[in-house]
Amino acid sequence: MKTWLKITAVILLVYVHVGGMLFSVPRLDILNETVRALYFHVPMWFGMVLLYSISVYHSVQYLRTQSHNSDVKSLEYAHVGTAFGVLGIFSGMLWANYTWGSPWHGDPKQNGAAIALLIYLAYFVLRGSLDNEEQRARLSAVYNIFAFASMIPLIFIIPRLTSSMHPGSGGNPGFNMYDLDSNMRLVFYPAVAGWFLIGLWITSLRIRIRYIQERLFEIEDEKTK
Amino acid sequence: MNCLLILIQKEFTLELRRKAVISGISLYMFSLVFICYITFSLRQNSIAPATWSALFWLVILFSVVNSVAKSFIGERRGIFIYYYSLASPQSIILSKIIYNTVLCLFLSLGGYFLFSIFIQNPIEDKPLFLATLFLTSIGFSSSLTLISGIASKANNSNILMAVLSFPVVIAVLLLAIKITKNALDGIERAASVDEIINLAAINCILTALAYLLFPYIWRS
Repeated sequence: MKTWLKITAVILLVYVHVGGMLFSVPRLDILNETVRALYFHVPMWFGMVLLYSISVYHSVQYLRTQSHNSDVKSLEYAHVGTAFGVLGIFSGMLWANYTWGSPWHGDPKQNGAAIALLIYLAYFVLRGSLDNEEQRARLSAVYNIFAFASMIPLIFIIPRLTSSMHPGSGGNPGFNMYDLDSNMRLVFYPAVAGWFLIGLWITSLRIRIRYIQERLFEIEDEKTK
Repeated sequence: MNCLLILIQKEFTLELRRKAVISGISLYMFSLVFICYITFSLRQNSIAPATWSALFWLVILFSVVNSVAKSFIGERRGIFIYYYSLASPQSIILSKIIYNTVLCLFLSLGGYFLFSIFIQNPIEDKPLFLATLFLTSIGFSSSLTLISGIASKANNSNILMAVLSFPVVIAVLLLAIKITKNALDGIERAASVDEIINLAAINCILTALAYLLFPYIWRS
């Protein structure tokens, strides 16, 4: 990753943390100050979906080219995407505890998110239970693509069909209600970009660590020979 | 095309020849329904329609996962090599999907029949419900057939089959439960059109993906 992107990510997140905590937010019933969760909770989901999409892209690339690099990339993007998803679900539960009264409310969006995580946990289980490296890469790529496609209706279509208490729902689960306040956008958009860049940065580090580990194994193998 | 027909015919002949498998699945489903009947002590109580639909779809899900799982898991390795030399992967996956659709439909209808005998039959809009059963059969069979192909390559395939398939079929299941609710209440058809179209669309996605991705599983 380019250095200027890393610097941008850090600056954006410092700005988001300062601005997100200190800037004025609209007074809304029930939500009150918890509306600030928008800057930390929502970017997690955006990041998760984007990272999973990149992971699926690399899975497709793997099936086309059979290159080991694509397999490593799709695995690591899925890892970091899952980390984002877990953070998103916990920050959402924290928020729901204060606004809906209980951490788990069986809301369609919560359920969809939980299922998305289940899919990727199943993906890791699948990888763990295949021994042959080439087979593991190929089968998990197939599952990644298939599961991602079946997740799309869960996250993007079914919540739109059902009524939900999630902010922005009721026909259109965008973030329309926040359109009221352009002040919040000044923090929200940088937050999305900043968290996403951080996700990419973590992933690029993880990919490099994995290459180094593999190289180390190779060197040790040569020593023992 | 010809190859496809022969493969489908082969699946049916094999299935009818191995009576133990069919009776095993039927018995499995019968036991599930009977367990529901006993645990809810339905002789004295009756259950709410919402509970009925939840129980019904659980029974269908479990028996369908178990019966479709065997389409790749448990077959001898030599047979795969034999197929590999004879047919294209596309015709194999299509034949399995079509065969499994029929199997799932048969299981769903059987489950519906058992439920109406033992528990009750609170469905108001029967044609709509039967259409739902048909659509879900397609969805279940195409997703589960592909996943059974993936799971068959791993060591602990039976556990893996459940773990991999449940998250994938939940989308189909949720829509099916929603339509079932409409069918239970007997409200006008227009209210369920959206869900039916969505279900059909998901089926198309799943079948198309299974068709595209299966050659990659098959290659090993």
